[in-house]
Amino acid sequence: MDIQVQKVGIVSCSGEEIPEGTLCRLACRQALDERPGETVTICLPLFIAGGEEERTFAQNYPTITVDGCDKMCAAKATEMLSGKPSKSLSIPEILKKHGLTPPTKLRHFGPEEDAAVKAVAAEIAQAVDKVLEEA
Amino acid sequence: MGKKYKKVVVLPCSGIGKVYGALARETAYELVEKVRPGLATLTCLPLLVINDPEAVALVTENPVITIDGCPKDCAKKSVEAVGGRVAKAYEAIRFYKEHKDLKPEGIAEVNDTGRQLAQVAAAEIAPEVDKLAAGEEQ
Repeated sequence: MDIQVQKVGIVSCSGEEIPEGTLCRLACRQALDERPGETVTICLPLFIAGGEEERTFAQNYPTITVDGCDKMCAAKATEMLSGKPSKSLSIPEILKKHGLTPPTKLRHFGPEEDAAVKAVAAEIAQAVDKVLEEA
Repeated sequence: MGKKYKKVVVLPCSGIGKVYGALARETAYELVEKVRPGLATLTCLPLLVINDPEAVALVTENPVITIDGCPKDCAKKSVEAVGGRVAKAYEAIRFYKEHKDLKPEGIAEVNDTGRQLAQVAAAEIAPEVDKLAAGEEQ
């Protein structure tokens, strides 16, 4: 029996220590808000702090991870503790692709960071479409 | 009096779906950037999830304050999972319960009222940071 995939899981790195982490959170939030019927998220630390339901997240949903730096915490943690992500996105690579400057502050993003947030959110939305097509 | 520390780690919740997660982060940023810069320090919570050696060393060698956004206590449990000891654990909602005139709103980032509440929360946590740094509270 074919099971139609209805939702894609988005896992954000959250990176509290780096501006790209804030960009990651804001872009993931925007993507989630724009695609409410097709996306769902989980707080990354719940892979450790949560229960069985949280740990099987990547088995229950095809998952897109979004990371703010080359340590790739979201991708690694998802694969290590839940299941292999369908796609792994990297903020530095997206910014480079779009010719955008990395953000420099940890909080209170404004118009200066808007283009970066939109570009990352759009890349996440494209990845959601691809994952749904491939499912 | 116990050992003195040059750093006190303030670790907020990573949640991107709830206002109190955003309040926890805003409070941590307020402490690190404005209230106790140079003393209060942050690390990325997901680094603990992947057992990053530098992040693990930071939370096992220094006192840690966690600020969680929901009762699942991800920040606190993540520190404990890598062998760190949480010296003081807060739940962000507590600050709203004590300051009902400052209702935070917003999900990824808090609104202006939430920022005001974060300033109040950071001011309340700051003496704990000082005590832990001085080795007065372990």
